Order: sequence, then C-alpha cells, then structure tokens
Amino acid sequence: MEMPAPNQGVLSKRSRIIARLEEVLPKDAVISDVMETRAYECDALTAYKCPPLCAVLPSSTEEVSAILKICHAEGVPVVPRGSGTSLAGGALPTADSVILGVARLNEVLETDYDNRFIRVQTGRTNLSVTGAVEADGFFYAPDPSSQLACAIAGNIAMNSGGAHCLKYGVTTNNLLGVTMVQMDGTVVEIGGAHMDAGGYDWLGLICGSEGQLGVVTEATLRILPKPEGARPVLIGYDSNEVAGECVSDIIKAGVLPVAIEFMDRPCIRATEAFAKAGYPDCEALLIVEVEGSPAEIDEQLGLIRQIAQKHNPVEFREAEDADQAARIWLGRKSAFGAMGQINDYMCLDGTIPVSSLPHVLKRIGEMSKEFGLDVANVFHAGDGNMHPLILFDANKPGDLETCEAFGAEILKLCVEVGGCLTGEHGVGIEKRDLMHVQFAAVDLEAQMRVKDVFDPAWLLNPAKVFPLDASEARRARAEAA
Amino acid sequence: MLTPESEEELAEAIAGARGPLRVVGGGTRPIGKPVQGEVLSVAGLSGITLYEPGALTIVAKAGTPLAEVEAALAAEGQMLPFEPMDHRKLLGTTGEPTIGGVVAANVSGPRRVQAGACRDSLIGVRFVDGGGHVVKNGGRVMKNVTGYDLVKLMSGAMGTLGVLSEVSFKVLPRPAAAAALLIEGLSPDRAVAAMAAALRSPFEVSGAAHVPEGMAGDPVTMIRIEGFESSVAYRAARLQEVLEPFGQSTVERRASEGGEGVTDGWRWVRDVEGFAGKPGDVWRLSVKPGDAPEIASRAGAEGVLFDWGGGLVWLLVAEGTDLRARLGDFRGHATLVRASEETRARLDVFQPEPAPLKALAEGLRAQFDPRGILNPGLMG
Ligand SMILES: Cc1cc2nc3c(=O)[nH]c(=O)nc-3n(C[C@H](O)[C@H](O)[C@H](O)COP(=O)(O)OP(=O)(O)OC[C@H]3O[C@@H](n4cnc5c(N)ncnc54)[C@H](O)[C@@H]3O)c2cc1C
Repeated sequence: MEMPAPNQGVLSKRSRIIARLEEVLPKDAVISDVMETRAYECDALTAYKCPPLCAVLPSSTEEVSAILKICHAEGVPVVPRGSGTSLAGGALPTADSVILGVARLNEVLETDYDNRFIRVQTGRTNLSVTGAVEADGFFYAPDPSSQLACAIAGNIAMNSGGAHCLKYGVTTNNLLGVTMVQMDGTVVEIGGAHMDAGGYDWLGLICGSEGQLGVVTEATLRILPKPEGARPVLIGYDSNEVAGECVSDIIKAGVLPVAIEFMDRPCIRATEAFAKAGYPDCEALLIVEVEGSPAEIDEQLGLIRQIAQKHNPVEFREAEDADQAARIWLGRKSAFGAMGQINDYMCLDGTIPVSSLPHVLKRIGEMSKEFGLDVANVFHAGDGNMHPLILFDANKPGDLETCEAFGAEILKLCVEVGGCLTGEHGVGIEKRDLMHVQFAAVDLEAQMRVKDVFDPAWLLNPAKVFPLDASEARRARAEAA
Repeated sequence: MLTPESEEELAEAIAGARGPLRVVGGGTRPIGKPVQGEVLSVAGLSGITLYEPGALTIVAKAGTPLAEVEAALAAEGQMLPFEPMDHRKLLGTTGEPTIGGVVAANVSGPRRVQAGACRDSLIGVRFVDGGGHVVKNGGRVMKNVTGYDLVKLMSGAMGTLGVLSEVSFKVLPRPAAAAALLIEGLSPDRAVAAMAAALRSPFEVSGAAHVPEGMAGDPVTMIRIEGFESSVAYRAARLQEVLEPFGQSTVERRASEGGEGVTDGWRWVRDVEGFAGKPGDVWRLSVKPGDAPEIASRAGAEGVLFDWGGGLVWLLVAEGTDLRARLGDFRGHATLVRASEETRARLDVFQPEPAPLKALAEGLRAQFDPRGILNPGLMG
C-alpha cells in the first residue's frame, strides 16, 4: 500500500504546531510524546501503521474548531478518529497529520421520546446510545458487530450498517442532524429534530464521506420503539444455490425479516469448533429473524417454514425460548472470533445482487484453490452484503500480499456482477486503488469536486477513498498553495 | 424544446446547450423559483431497465411514468416504500408524473414516518452534469458505501446539479392488509400528542395525520397500520388501548386488495387534496412534530394539514403572504409549494440557509454546473 510522502514543510514545524495546539487545549489533550502517539498509529486494519505528528483529544465543538483553525492556517493534514475500529484503514494517520480523536465528546445532550430522537456528542459508542434509551423501551437501530467499541462519529463517517439493516436501514437512514466543523474552523448545524433537512441533502452527503468533508461533533439520531419480541430460525441446506433461492422466495412472499444471515460450510465448521453452537454440518446455513408479538412471530415463521420446506432443508430449527434463540445466534456472533482463533484473516465486504449469490460463491471457491488460501463466507444475505474472510498467516512471507490479491479479485467479481466494493466498511486506504474498477474517471471526478468544495486544501483525512493517481493533481496543487 | 431519447442524446443536448435550460420530467411539479430557459424534457428516456423482485430492486430510466413503475411493482406484490405524493390536483397541473421528477424533488408521502423518504429508498443514479458528462453513483444493491453518496445529493437537488437519466430503488413487499384508527374532535395539540403516543408504541404505525377540518368539517386524527391481516387486527386493537386517553377511536379496515376506504383517505392526505382548487398559496413545513401545533397557530392559515405525526405541516394562506415573516424564528424549514410566479420570484421558495451552507451550495453548483445552465436560480 503506497502512501504519499509526508510534507516536509509540515514535519519541520512540528514543535510550533504542537505549541499552538497546546495554547488552545488543556495540557492532557495534546499527545505529542512519540511513544504515546503510537496508540494512534493504526485502526483495526492493523497491517498498516504510521504514528501521527501528534494527537489531540478535544472536549467540545469549540475546541475542535480552534484545532482546525490552527491546522488550516498551518497547512497540516487532519485525520478525524472515533474509536479506531475501521476495517478499511479509514483512520490511518500519515506522518505529517494530526489525529483528531473525538473520544472525549461522549455526552448525551437530549433525549425526546415523543419526537423519537436522541442528540449525542459523536465520540459516544454505538451501543451506549441504545443503552441511554433502552430502559424506556427504545433503541438505536444501526448495529454494527463492533457496536460495543465503535463511535457514532465513525458510524456516520462510514455510513455503517449491521445485522438488522434489512428492516431499519443503515446509519444514513437514521441520521436527522449533525453539528460539523469545517476544515477552516467554521461550525455548521445541519438538520435537527425535523424529518428532512432543507436545501441540498447535506446529511446524505456527509454520511459516508469518511471524515473528508468535516469533523462531526454532534448528531441527532432517530430512535425507535423496541419491538415486542424477536425470534430466529435456523435453516440448513446442502447447496448454496438452494439457500439463495430460499432467501429470494422469503423476500418475494412479502415477509420482511429483520435479518437474514448466511454462513457457508468452512465458516460453519470453524465456528462450530470454536463456539459449539450445535450447528448442522451442511453446505449453507441461514439464520432468519422476525419481530413482533408472539402471534405475529408465529405467523411469519409459519410462512417461512412453508417456504423453507419446499426447498428440502437438512435442518429447520425454531427457537422455543430465549435460550435456544441465543444458541442460534451464538455461532454467527462468534464467527469472526472463531476465524481469528485459527488464523489471521482479512474481512471483505463487497455487496452483490442477491440473485448472483450462487455464482459468486462458486467463483470464490474456485479462486480459493487458485490462490491457495482458504476462505469462509458469512454475510447479510437479505441485502447481498458479503463478508468473505480470507485466512492467511501474517508470519509467512508473501501471504499477506497473496491474500490482498485474492481479496481484490473477489471485489472485482462483486463489481462485475453488478455490485460494489464495499457495503458497510468503507473505502479507506484498503479499497482506494480499486475504485477504478467500479468507477470511471468522470465518476471519481464528480466525487472529488465535492471534496474541493468542502475542503479546498485537501487537508482532511488525506490519501483515503480516491486512488492516488486520480487525486494527484489536486493534492499537488493543494500542497503548493 | 429539447427532447433527447437516450442518455447519450441527453448528454449531447446539455453539452451543446447555448443558454439556460429548464429541465422537466412530466411537468407536474413546477416547484421552485421560476426558471427562464429552453425546455429540456427527460420524458423521452423511458422504461424499466431492471426489476428483480427477489432482490427487492428496480431500475428505471428517469422519464419513465411513475404509474408504469408502480404498476410493475404491484404486479409482483411490491411497492415504492415512500408512497410518493401526486402534485397534480394540488398544483392544478396535468401530464404524467415521471420517476425522475419524484427523485429530483425527493417526493414522499405519509409512509415516510415509517419507511423513510424517497432518498432513503434510492440506491443508485445516473445523471448528466452541467458539462455534459454522464456520471454514475450508487448502483443496484441496497448496501453500498463505495465513495461519496451523490445518490442522496441528487435527490431533492431539483435538477440543479445534474439531470437524472436513470434511478434505482430498494422496494418493499406490499402489505396484505391495512387499517386506520380514526379519532374525532381533537385539537391540534392533543392530536399531535395522540400521534406521538401511537408512533412511540411498538405497533409499527405507517401513517399518522391530523386533519383539523376533515371531509365532514370536523377534526379527524388518522393512524395507519399495515401488514399481514391478523397482525393488523392485533395491532389495531392494541393501538386502541394506547389511544384510549385521547377518546374513542374507530377502526376502518381494508382486509385485502378489495375495499379501498383506508387507501382513499390516505391518498387524500398524501396529495393534500383538501387544498386543491382553493385559492391561496400553499406552504410545506418540516418541523419537530411537537412544535407543529404552535408554529401552525402562528401562521394565521386558512387551511392546515398535519402529516408525519406533525412533522410535516401543510398550510394554505392568502396569496402573496410572506409566511416566514409571519412565523418568525422556528426550527425546521418552510417551502413555498404553490404560488403565482410573481410571488415565487419575490419570496424565497426554499428556506434560506445559513451563510456557510449557502456558500457550500453555491460551491457545488459551480462545480457541477460551471456554466450555470441547469435550472438556474431554481433553488436560489
Ligand atoms: C470486529 C469488528 C466488527 C465490525 N463490524 C461491523 C459491522 O457489522 N458493520 C459495519 O458497518 N462496520 C463494522 N466494523 C467496522 C467499524 O467498526 C465501523 O466502520 C465503525 O463505524 C468505525 O467507527 P469508529 O468510531 O471506530 O471509527 P474510526 O475507525 O475511528 O474511524 C472511521 C472513519 O471515520 C472517520 N471519523 C472518525 N471520527 C470522525 C468525526 N468526528 N468526524 C468525521 N469523520 C470521522 C475517520 O477519519 C475514519 O475515516 C467492524 C469492525 C470490527 C473491528
């Protein structure tokens, strides 16, 4: 992975930049000790590391604005950071950048059940947003598996999803307003407790912009009343095709489950060995969850059973109680951990049209042989968001590179069948250079023009999202200015 | 008038344009500042290009009649989740609404409270920018965070940043049954409280509107639920309990595709039919639902309709009224949807934005339409 050479001009004035930041922040909010900056050298894509120039931990929107004014004036790149759980290297520093971490901005500012929203500072973790409203019967819908750790800031920047987004949508569908600080320090308020923000869809544009358009410090989020209940079923098939058909038939029948998760044999075996959830040893396993009152759940599951039976499952298991429900989810929830036990792995997240599922799984199997690396598939089948996990050995020279090459081929396949490179993890540095596969030059140009408007000097989260060759002219122009 | 029949012709027409263009789909939603320019009709770009019911996705060229899209979906027991409003009665226009027009104006109906706005169901666009370049963003899959989200940016941009050539949606199964709970005689305050009680229950309300003057002249509050038949019956009963403090409610049921009673009432709300044919200007406010009654009371309006649990307020006021001046400061925004050309030229049609956002909007227009030829001035 190539990163642009750090700006020597910036490196040479390191101490002045730190001194200026210390003027506007409390002492413990500027981290400049070289050892301590190491804590910020990477996110969850740990294959790439680079300590920043320094890190700052503001406690208010005003402090964020003061920091950005200084960085703007000094021409210093800024990398916003939430909890650092990005799997795409979205929060990877460059040597000449200031990491702006929002972890200290973690307050709940307002909850309003009648109008169904919560306003929080964005350093707050995803799970603790639901935690703040749960006792009153509400929840915040987007639920990335990393929800215990990841921050709303990162969720907004990556437009994160989760297992339940088939019904409730992803972050962008649950975001009502933000307070954002622009690179020059200007604070803007967008949206709020009302349903559609006015003018252009600023919220839509900011959500998923990977920290490149502004630093988001506060967010108004839609909260929902908790359903009366939920229950999963487990369905096993001896062929991926048939499992794919079953998913499609369930959707066509008018049932809208909250989740349809899919695991293939390698994944089932690995999780079984690790979590012992009692999964059948079959080719493809579906977990389908529906919500409602007990009677409503029975009705939907009845329909799902009918559809599933038509395709001759090797297993159809309904959860009779909470304990059995938990066991059905157990394997799925420990899938990533299980993989981590056996090997290092790389987690991809391309999306494909649901109809291409059997074809894509077959091709991945073939490629696995060609590259000589095992792959396990676990994904959100209802929306086609795949998570192939490629297993490799980080200590074996060349294995990471082979794994990356294999990953790139899988993502190209996703695009080829009409899908995309990333369904929820974001582009970051990881998929940056693959953007040419999905987008023509004019498509990237249109996106970069948005960046030009929000951050003309291209200082925010540099060298992410856009292929370096595509952004080269702009970065050179900005650096010269 | 320019009438391209393909995306290439559309791109050529825009690249070759000598002056400003007034972009139209079906011409049924003349919303915004009056635009002077040669008419560019997208109606010639028509047809559904892909529909996969099993994947809940549909793709259509921008000029495809909305009715054609809805019919194709209905044939497979599916629908556009956001229940787009038909503006024809309200605006006194004729013609065929197009799917591109729905997107450009981000048009949503009562189900917005549950299923989101048009922009929430939109998963992909192709458009031609002011320089004549064909740009794509998003695609045909429902989870996609690859690059910046220009899909949402194009929805509601009213053709000022690019002319849509193709749009893709995530769709939903059509509910088998529906019911409406009706409560009569509530004041706007009590009605908004009743709607909030319904919306914060777990019973999945898909519509919540209050009509201060219903078809019979009295106030009616309407709460809608949709889904499988027995589930609708169950939730209707539970919601009646929830709403008990607000008075007696009656339940109107639609068991299957047959009885249209429930649907008719919601179409009336969706299309703001109560203001159709009546003199006066029509404004549309997006506010925090709980603020709605107070804000509406400041308007001195001749007609009021609350949708989205109060979050959407339609106001009928005397012609030429500067409603924003009358309302003073409020959180949210107001759009002048129906008024004479003179009034729309004199007043801001869209809510004026704070300086930094205004600068960003101008910046985007300068980037996407450097010659300033796409619906110039329509949004400000
Ligand atoms: C085990 C595991 C499971 C995961 N499961 C899921 C999943 O199910 N679904 C899913 O979508 N993702 C998942 N992720 C990915 C990751 O958790 C999400 O991308 C998450 O939203 C990142 O949040 P964060 O706070 O850690 O952000 P960070 O990693 O700190 O940053 C992510 C991006 O956000 C930007 N950013 C951070 N703060 C701000 C700010 N204040 N303003 C502007 N930009 C900012 C950063 O610059 C960076 O580009 C998973 C990750 C792990 C490690």
